[in-house]
Amino acid sequence: MVPFGGWDMPLEYSGLIAEHLAVRRAAGLFDVSHMGEFEVAGEGALSFLQRVTANNVARLVVGQAQYSALPLPNGAPVDDVIVYRRASDRYLLVVNAGNIDKDWSWLQSQAPEGCTLENRSQDYALLALQGPAAAEILQGSTGLDLPGIAYYHFAEGDVAGHPVILSRTGYTGEDGFEIFVAAERAEALWRRLIESGKDKGLVPAGLGARDTLRLEARMCLYGNDMDETTTLIEAGLGWIVSLEGAKGDFNGRAVLEAQKKNGPPRKLVGFEVVGRGIARHGYPISLGEAEVGAVTSGSFAPFLQKSIGLCYLPAASSAVGTDLQVDIRGRPVPARVVPTPFYKRGR
Amino acid sequence: MYPPDRRYSKDHEWVRVQGERGTIGITDYAQNQLGDVVFLELPEVGRKLQPGEVFGTVESVKAVSELFAPLAGEVLEVNSALVDKPEAINQDPHGAAWMLVVKITDASALQDLMDAPSYQAFVEREAKQ
Repeated sequence: MVPFGGWDMPLEYSGLIAEHLAVRRAAGLFDVSHMGEFEVAGEGALSFLQRVTANNVARLVVGQAQYSALPLPNGAPVDDVIVYRRASDRYLLVVNAGNIDKDWSWLQSQAPEGCTLENRSQDYALLALQGPAAAEILQGSTGLDLPGIAYYHFAEGDVAGHPVILSRTGYTGEDGFEIFVAAERAEALWRRLIESGKDKGLVPAGLGARDTLRLEARMCLYGNDMDETTTLIEAGLGWIVSLEGAKGDFNGRAVLEAQKKNGPPRKLVGFEVVGRGIARHGYPISLGEAEVGAVTSGSFAPFLQKSIGLCYLPAASSAVGTDLQVDIRGRPVPARVVPTPFYKRGR
Repeated sequence: MYPPDRRYSKDHEWVRVQGERGTIGITDYAQNQLGDVVFLELPEVGRKLQPGEVFGTVESVKAVSELFAPLAGEVLEVNSALVDKPEAINQDPHGAAWMLVVKITDASALQDLMDAPSYQAFVEREAKQ
């Protein structure tokens, strides 16, 4: 068990690599109940969310979810979030565990008008069933029509007799579902899913595999790959910054719009270590003789069998193929900028 | 669990002494704490090691750990096959995953090492903390 975002979480069950490969080839079940949930409801909910998030909430139909962020005026995120539209004037915001208090204070400071905010983080548990076998495993326990739930859509109904919000989302680069359930029902649901999936290769998976899976899929981890000093454009998240007419003004828009048009001064890139060793979080990065930054996330990638990582580079030196060095405990080890995501599932 | 034919350090290395040769590896407890091992660095043959000196590193997906010489010696052999297939450290830490053979130059540090039952008790205490 390791402390993470104020929770004690299992780093691994059967072994990080075995869990990682099970998710790529069959399925894994993660307990991610540490994630925070805020409800935003009322006739002013949409206009409030439009002001405080980067993506265009007006594009969401009921039953649809959207990856987004809460930008500061400087264009850097207070947090990255998923916005779920549960009814015409009712939304659920899913936030990172370590940021629950900070996000809550920030949203309160943004003058929510015509809507109410409620922190439901203690009420909801969240299980993530991820992998190519996830739908088949889950279909045995629910009457919900899973093929009818597209990526980044969700439905509300029962799984194994428990009322849930069932969302086709995840943090692994695989097909899969995230299941919001009342905290007191989570253990029973966990046991039922493990039981019904074990013949199909389902294993419990921990925080370690969650981190290596999301890194292979080049999904950012808040606090590592982005924080209040890195703009969304620098982090490669321009696709969640909406400049559409319906979006209107929002926190950080001026900076983000300018960077989207003119390019950011630096970019988060993916690299592969060419030499031996693992480039871990915080290890210095150099271009030639000049130290230019540090590894934001780095690991051995269990499916790709390579040592990979993310770091910020000056935009002028960030092209695919750029050679750099990672200082691995005092030893300069060659690495190279590569296209991302490192891993993309077949469809 | 821990073979009786060798002695164990608090840093979780084992050493099996045969005459003036000492074979060194890490324990099952150590590999279990590390998790899946993916890289191993070992010293050159001929290097002279003092007790407690770092002789290499072992890296798992989640952590990196230094390797400490349990006694004084000169490196006679390194297990280069293990460097290419470090996952053997998880599979057979007390056997195929030996790391070094040293020529023991000073055996006095052996007295500070534990026998198998003492080491077993040591790791049980450590696991509870």
